[in-house]
Amino acid sequence: MANVEDKFDAIVVGAGPSGNAAAYTMAREGLNVLQIERGEYAGSKNVQGAILYADALEKIIPEFRDEAPLERHVIEQRMWTMDDTSHTGMHYRSSDFNEAKPNRYTILRAQFDKWFSSKVKEAGALVLCETTVTELVKDLTGTVIGVRTDRQGNPIYADVVVLAEGVNGLVGQRSGLREEVAADSVALAVKEMHFLPRETIEARFNLKGNEGVVIEAMGTITKGMTGTGFLYTNEESISVGIGCIVSDFAQSQVSPSELLEAFKAHPSIAPLIEGAEVKEYAAHLIPEGGYKAIPQLTGEGWIVVGDAGQFVNAVHREGSNLAMTTGRLAAETVVRLHRLGEEMSARNLKDYETRLEASFVMKDLKKYKGIPALLHRNKGTFFGAYPRLISQAMQTWFRVDGVDKKSKEQAILRNFRQTRTLRGLIGDAWSVARAWR
Amino acid sequence: MTDVATAPKVEEKLFQNRYLVDAGKPHIKVRAHEVPSAGLLSMTKLCPAGCYALTESGQVEVAADGCLECGTCRIMTKTTGEIEWNYPRGGFGVLYKFG
Ligand SMILES: Cc1cc2nc3c(=O)[nH]c(=O)nc-3n(C[C@H](O)[C@H](O)[C@H](O)COP(=O)(O)OP(=O)(O)OC[C@H]3O[C@@H](n4cnc5c(N)ncnc54)[C@H](O)[C@@H]3O)c2cc1C
Ligand code: SF4
Repeated sequence: MANVEDKFDAIVVGAGPSGNAAAYTMAREGLNVLQIERGEYAGSKNVQGAILYADALEKIIPEFRDEAPLERHVIEQRMWTMDDTSHTGMHYRSSDFNEAKPNRYTILRAQFDKWFSSKVKEAGALVLCETTVTELVKDLTGTVIGVRTDRQGNPIYADVVVLAEGVNGLVGQRSGLREEVAADSVALAVKEMHFLPRETIEARFNLKGNEGVVIEAMGTITKGMTGTGFLYTNEESISVGIGCIVSDFAQSQVSPSELLEAFKAHPSIAPLIEGAEVKEYAAHLIPEGGYKAIPQLTGEGWIVVGDAGQFVNAVHREGSNLAMTTGRLAAETVVRLHRLGEEMSARNLKDYETRLEASFVMKDLKKYKGIPALLHRNKGTFFGAYPRLISQAMQTWFRVDGVDKKSKEQAILRNFRQTRTLRGLIGDAWSVARAWR
Repeated sequence: MTDVATAPKVEEKLFQNRYLVDAGKPHIKVRAHEVPSAGLLSMTKLCPAGCYALTESGQVEVAADGCLECGTCRIMTKTTGEIEWNYPRGGFGVLYKFG
């Protein structure tokens, strides 16, 4: 590669939120950084719901609100439990979210990543797009000293390689740094972009200006599989998607695109997107194995950030903020070693793991380490039986039909206990409480 | 529930997307086989882009032009190694406008 000098302080593989956070942080501190991205531009391969959590980005680019392409700030969160004809909702809307520096925004990743990448370039990193990293280059002792790409030319060398390659982390896998992702710890999500005039969106969701609503849904919409659906309002579009664990898809043989069609046709969803023009259909994996699925994160000359390290909090639908935070913490580790003139050895890079332990990233992932297995074991109950029971209970309660309230209460309890024994009910509550601790 | 007759087919959905196809260089290949494993066979249902199909003689074939690069098929066949999966050459493949 003629125009690329042959030795960098750091090479970053990938230009998603984790890679951009890492490259930006290192370049801003004066390191000589090369970032390589396989897409035509940063973002052209990337898919997210997408909710951006401001805090993680603020710690990297405090003034991002003035420049980043943001869609709407979220003032209302709806959590829905759905059966085939209904939803039972818990809605939280607060004008407090109309603050000067809002906490959550909807974004479109292709556009957001492109902006973030422009900041990386401004900070002084060299960003090479349309280039796929094919393998890591190691010296005789096994230390990673650079990468090879699908462009002709010699390997490119660096003191450290930051692997920010996302959930399909082929470079790390094929170099033996970590295993292929397991089908039961990754979700496949499909998503569509539905365009509507902004006035229509504002009327349908009762919004003013750039206010936004997000809906997270679970229930019979995933046909007994572990998964969730979502609907997020953007400025002039609505993102609608649904995702389930890959091994559940394999077991059920449900087609993901048909699952999305059924979700869109649900009587609670259809009116919200009626008349929209669909402009894109996307699919992407989400690592959902949690704490127990985290692979080795550092080694001789390499360090892993973002989805490649399984940093997703599936319970709270957080991923991009963990990606940015892990990218930043890895970069801070590298910057410090660089300043001290220390080697990028496995031993020295372990400092990254210490920083992770002290941050919300590891604390949250540890807190929920029992959740993936719990959901896996009880998917029929949590994604089928309970949503139906809740809907039936609501309907019994709200329908006025001459039956007295006491009998209604008894009917509801009976219904629960017929579906799930008392022991089952208590057991479920107990295991949720334990996994939640 | 969806009316199957009016629901758009996957091909129609893919029609909305932008792709830059690396002609003659498919990034996913199915290795020659007599009988597909359950995992490979299931890709005829599970691929979100409908890239996999069953031939009359019972083998699974792939046409990856509409691939969304999700990686599901690679994970589903990781133990059997029936699929050779690579990223498209830099710059090629699906080009998301919104993501
Ligand atoms: C449908 C969906 C909804 C989601 N919703 C949310 C949400 O609302 N909020 C949230 O915070 N998170 C959400 N997430 C999770 C979030 O998107 C991820 O956690 C986040 O994108 C991870 O960032 P990353 O930089 O690690 O990986 P990615 O964003 O996947 O970036 C990896 C980059 O590396 C590039 N790359 C990979 N391999 C190579 C190679 N060999 N050579 C060169 N380049 C390479 C890729 O092209 C890509 O640009 C969602 C995910 C999905 C799929
Ligand atoms: S990567 Fe995803 S979209 Fe592409 S062929 Fe495999 S399953 Fe289908």
